[in-house]
Parts: sequence; structure tokens; C-alpha cells
Amino acid sequence: MSMSRTRPLAKVVAALGAATLLLSACGGGDGDSGSAGGGAGSTTGIEGDTIKLGSHTPLTGVAAPGYSEISLGTKAYFDYVNANGGINGKKIEFTARDSAYNPAQASQVVNQLVLQDEVFGMIQGLGTPVHGAVVDFLNEEEVPDLFVSSGALAWDNPSEHPFTFGWQPNYEVEGKIVGKFIKENFPEAKVGLFLQGDDFGRDGAKGAKQFLADQVVAEVTYVPGNTVVGPQIDKLKASGADFVLGFNVPSYTALSQLAALKVNYKPKWFYSNVGSDATLVGGLLANFSKGAVKNGAGLLEGVYTTKYLPTVEDPANPWTKLFQKVWDAHGSSGELSNFKIYGMAGAYTFAEALAKAGDNVTRESLVESIENNGATFGGPQLAPFDYSKDSHRGISGLSVVQYTSGQVKELTKVQTTDGGDAPIEDYAGEPNTPDEDGIPNA
Amino acid sequence: MSTNLSKQDPTGDSQVGTTPEVTGTPSADTARRRIGSTLVRNGLLMLLAFVGIALLLETLSPFRVSQLGVMAYYLPAIAGLTVLTGLNGQISLGHGALMAVGGYTTAVLLERQEGLPFLLVLLISAVVAGVVGLVVGAAAARLHGPYLAGATLALAVGLPGLALKFDEFLGGDQGLRVSPPRAPDGIESFYESLMGDNLSGQRYLAYYGWIIALVVLLLLSNLVNSRYGRHWRAVRDDEVAAELAGIDLGRMRVQAFVVSAVCAGVGGSLLAVVTRLIAPTSVTIVLSFGLLTAIVIGGLGSLLGAVIGAAVLVFMQQIITDTGLDAGLDASQAANIAPLVYGVLLIVVMLAAPRGLVGTVRMAWSTRAAARRAGA
Repeated sequence: MSMSRTRPLAKVVAALGAATLLLSACGGGDGDSGSAGGGAGSTTGIEGDTIKLGSHTPLTGVAAPGYSEISLGTKAYFDYVNANGGINGKKIEFTARDSAYNPAQASQVVNQLVLQDEVFGMIQGLGTPVHGAVVDFLNEEEVPDLFVSSGALAWDNPSEHPFTFGWQPNYEVEGKIVGKFIKENFPEAKVGLFLQGDDFGRDGAKGAKQFLADQVVAEVTYVPGNTVVGPQIDKLKASGADFVLGFNVPSYTALSQLAALKVNYKPKWFYSNVGSDATLVGGLLANFSKGAVKNGAGLLEGVYTTKYLPTVEDPANPWTKLFQKVWDAHGSSGELSNFKIYGMAGAYTFAEALAKAGDNVTRESLVESIENNGATFGGPQLAPFDYSKDSHRGISGLSVVQYTSGQVKELTKVQTTDGGDAPIEDYAGEPNTPDEDGIPNA
Repeated sequence: MSTNLSKQDPTGDSQVGTTPEVTGTPSADTARRRIGSTLVRNGLLMLLAFVGIALLLETLSPFRVSQLGVMAYYLPAIAGLTVLTGLNGQISLGHGALMAVGGYTTAVLLERQEGLPFLLVLLISAVVAGVVGLVVGAAAARLHGPYLAGATLALAVGLPGLALKFDEFLGGDQGLRVSPPRAPDGIESFYESLMGDNLSGQRYLAYYGWIIALVVLLLLSNLVNSRYGRHWRAVRDDEVAAELAGIDLGRMRVQAFVVSAVCAGVGGSLLAVVTRLIAPTSVTIVLSFGLLTAIVIGGLGSLLGAVIGAAVLVFMQQIITDTGLDAGLDASQAANIAPLVYGVLLIVVMLAAPRGLVGTVRMAWSTRAAARRAGA
């Protein structure tokens, strides 16, 4: 009897033995942990005149449309830099790996980037929950974790995460500037808030309510993934709100527009920067309405939003011109888009940090270079970076704009502020312009 | 009814009692019996497996070690699912959600109750997942085929939404951070004196995960070879015959579901620790489908198949993506090739080897053995 019985574990052991041989064969040879470089800091990821960078970003899955274009832009800009001699003679080798917008998968690909590919640093890791899974690991391994693609406040924590830097204006800053704009320009408006049910919506609302506490008549939240927002829009309509401010992602811009269309609700709309890419939202509108809404981008006529980078809607801007040139020469398929510009802008910031860190750059000296020089970095961002020893916050402000007949009309100057009750100020500096060659100097 | 049942079946946790004593001195016979007992034999095999794993963890690069850590959290969940589906005939599209229960329990306990021993947290997580499994299993016992698939699918889709609904407590969309446990000082210094090297956090986690996974495999393999396993198979094979033999169908189904849920809870707890975070986006429906494809590829009902399935889940995507990158594809194309190959593999396995890899090999083996016996 016992002979004929299956013995699962016996086979498990046999399989593991085989796996030992197989994997040792594959995995041998890269045992060097690689933290060489003397007392000055780590030069892991620099081999000869190449410097390796990695990113985790959604290339497959629900978040891929739109967001997958960011790393294409990043790569195109680095290819452009490399084709023009590199930075301090160093070429940048950039590898994007797929997170599928899943924290568990992001942690695997970041392990691969750090432990196997041995990258020098990470750039533009995307998504609040996704990056949350890797931020501790990157800081334990002392890997520069630069310019996280998320406006959460969490990345600005130099004491706990000295290697992590935010980049885009955080949602609280955006909320404050938007709140002030509405209070000054529409003091009689009854404001309804349409919020994603997480820190994104919460931080944005917190900033906006500093100015709009008396004007808010309704506040609704949606749960990401639940595509029914009819009840929320009904509630906003019933409350008499005539100005809706949304802190939501692009698909919910489309869904809220469709839901409002159904009940003939026509307030003024203000969407945060994240949710307002006209091209993407237009495509989503056409898709969600199964073709009933054809001119999707046209539905956004008159909608307010914010802006902290030049966009494709402004082809005369010198930065847009530069990025168009880069994309034409080094891009893969498709047209230049605002997502690609976002990727290129982050790549530009990295190039400048690298240039300013000097010839013998280490992981530590790069971080120092950003802390010491970041506040005066050039680049396409409309407001300066708030980088210092005590702040890893990122772009310090933005301006309010409106979509009018396919154009983006600037309604305010660029305004800057800090979190909490810090004042909002007009930014007095001139906009940066790129050098002739479009590559930052030391 | 159930007390009758246990009287009818005196074999308990091993077959020792029914082995007729024919030859040999009593003492030699007792020794042989002890070695022959499932628990002892499987225990020895597990020790061997542990040695194999330790060899892997000591010789592989840090990245491969981290991948083995990931495999360790898939393994209990996949093993539990293969027992449920392969041996008891119940399908579950909701095991990702049961992993979420284990993961969130672990995250909440570690965050809010600092200082709890980690093993206790793991056990509580398993129990909580088991309780959820009891509720779901009680409903599932009344359902069949597509209805069961539908009900468990609803679980997979709906349950992670609770984290968004109770976001103050469960962290909402960005989830709960988990600080992974450090090796206790005693273990760390023992390891250092043994290996002459520091025990890195990831290696410790991989050891930890694999020890847990092997214990789960040991317990499961005993269970499926016991009276419970036989009853579960009887229910799967022929409900009427099983009922006539005095087996309570519903009870057996619920039992199998609870055992399976406990395993998923263990897997989820390890997932939270290894990825340092539990969030709705890490336990989506994609996870549930991944577990199911793993048992289909490995072979339904086979624990070895579960190990193979877990390895496929962890290694294949990375290897395909890297092959694509080496072949000159851009990052996005290479990433999109992995799901394609995965889908093709699944179709090929279902067409060419519907019993999964292990089932097919085992089948070929027994056909050949039968032919040889017929020839002799």
C-alpha cells in the first residue's frame, strides 16, 4: 500500500534539487554586492562612462493607457542626451520595468533593478500605493529615489527617506492655489467637491477648503474602480452647487462629465491637473459613451484646470519645441503628448542634477547636489523646485488655466506656496529657457 | 452521523492501524511502522527540502533570493487552492481576496499592536482568513460550477473595496505599510557564526517564508493522505456514492474551503511582509486568476504541481520580459509580451496536457508501468 501511494513531498524535494542546479547556473557570477567606491560614497551603477537608471511604471494593465507614455518620453530625452555626448562625458542607460500599477509587482521589479541590474538610481517611480511598497527598500539600500511620479505628500520626508525626492506639485499646494482662485474670482459660487476617496482627494480638499470653507455646499467621494458616479453627481446637483471642483483621475473626469450630461447638470467645472489631460479625457469620453460623444475634447470647453509644465497645446513654447525635436529624433511610435513631456521634463531635471554633481558623482553626492542646487535648477517647470536639506518637495507652484476653443488660456500668474497656512505668492522670476543644445550644463 | 463516520474509519491520521502484522519481530516491526508513517516520512522529506532551499538561498544572487521570497508567499495559497479544486472539486476565483484578509490582518496587527511576536501575527491572520473562509464556504457548499465561480469572483472583486470603504482603518487606496520583521538577535548571531556573513533582511524573509511554506505543505500532504483527504476526493468523484457511504457532503465542502482559506491567509500574511505593503491594488482579481492558472499549469490536486505553478508565476514573467529586452524590444513591448506568452502557455497546457505538467508526467509514468507489467 505505501509503495503505491503518492508521495507529494518526495517529488517536491526532487524538483527543488533540480531547481537548485538550474538556478545556480543562471544566477552565478553576479555575487558582487557592488557597494564599492571608497569612503566618499557609492558608485554602484556607474561602469566606465555609463550610468544606469531604472524606473517602475505601468506598462500593462488598467493604468497603462497614458501613464505608459511617461517612460517613453524619459527614454527619448536620455537617448537625445547620449547622442549629444552625454553629461560630464557620461551616457545614461535607462531601463523602465513594468509595475502593472501593482505594489507587489513593483517590489519585484525594483528588487531586480537594484539587486540584479544594479542601477545607480531610480527615477519617476509611478503611483502613490505602488511607490509606497518600495520607498523603504530604496532608502535602506541607499539608492537615489528621484522625482516620484505622484503628488502625495509622503515623498517629502528627508529625515526618514533621505534618498527620496518628490517632483510634481503636491496635491495640497494645488488645492490651496485653486481654492484661492475660486474665492477671488467666483466669490458667490456654491462649490461642490468631487473627490477620489484617498489621500489625493483628501489633500486636495484640505488645501482648497482653507479658502472655500464658507462656499462649499456639498462634498462627494468616489471609490476608484467603481465606475458608477451618477449618485454623486445627483447629490451635487441637488445641493445647488454651481461650481464643481474635482480631485480625480482622468477616467473620472470622463465619467463625471457623462453623468452630468445625463441629468442636464451644467455647473462650471474645475479639474485638478492629474485629471485634466484633454486628449486622454476626450478619448475616454468617446470610449465610455460608446461613440455617442464624438468630440470628447470639445466637452471640456470652458473647463478650468492647472498647469505646471508647458504642454502640447502650446507648440510655440521653447520647451515644447525642444521636446518636439527630441521626440522626432529619438521617440518611438506615436505623437508627442503631455505624458511624454512629463517624462522628458523629469529626465531633464535628472540631467541637470547629474551635471551639477560633477565628474566624480556618487549616490550620496548626487543627493547632495539636488539639495544644494535644486532650488535654482533650470528646466521646463513653471515654478522653481523647493529642494533643500530640509525639503524634498518638488515644484513649488502652478498657474490656473482654462480650455477655450482647443487652447489653454492662462488665467493667473504662476503662484507658489508651501503646505499648511503658508501664504500664496505670485512667482516673480522669469520662465526658464533651454540652452541651444537643450542639455543642462554644470 | 459524523461520530459514526469516525468509528467506521479507524485509520486516523495514518494508515498504520490497518497494516496487518504478518512477519518480523515486534520491535523491528514497530520501527518500520514508525518510519512508514506519513508524518515521519513527510517530516524527513521536508527537512531535506529545507536543506535544498537553504542551499539555494546561500548560493543565489540577492535578486534570485528575493524572487524565492516572493515564491514563498504564493506557495501556501496555491497549495491550498489546488487541494480545494483538485481534491474537493470546488473552484474558487476568490483566493486573492482571502490572501487580502490575511495580509490586512497582518498589517493591522503589526502596525497597531507593536511587539506582537511575528509567528503569532501569522497564526491570527490564518485564523481570520479561515473564519472568512468558513462563511464563504458555507455559502459555496450549496453552489456548483458556474454559480460557485460567480460567487467567489464577487468576493475577489468586492472584498478589496472594503479597504477603500473603511479607509481610516485600512489605509484606503494607498494601503497599509508593513515593517518587515528583523531576525531575532539569537538567530542572527547563530547565522553569522555558521555562515560567517551577515543575515540580510531579504534572505531572512526568504528563509522565514520558506519554512512557513514547507510547514504548510507538510500539513497539507498529511491531510490529503488522511481520512479527510479521502472524504474530499470521494465528494469530488461521486456525490451520490459518497453520501451513501455516510459522508456529509456539505460538511466536507466547508471543511475543504476553510483549510484552503487558512492557507491563503498564510500566503497573504507573507505577501504583506515580503512586499512591505498591503493595498487593494496588490490583491486585485489578477492575483486570483494568477493562482488559478498556477494550479492549472502545475496540475490540479498536486502539491508538487503547486510548487511548479508558483515558480512559473514568479520566474516566467521576468525571464520572458528580459528575453524580449535582450532581443531588442522596447520596455513596453517586452512587458506586453509576458502576458501573451502566459496566455499561450495556458492554452497549450490545457490542450496538450489537460492534467497539468505533473498530472501528465504521472499519467505517462503509470501507463508505462502498466505496459511493463502487462509485458511481464
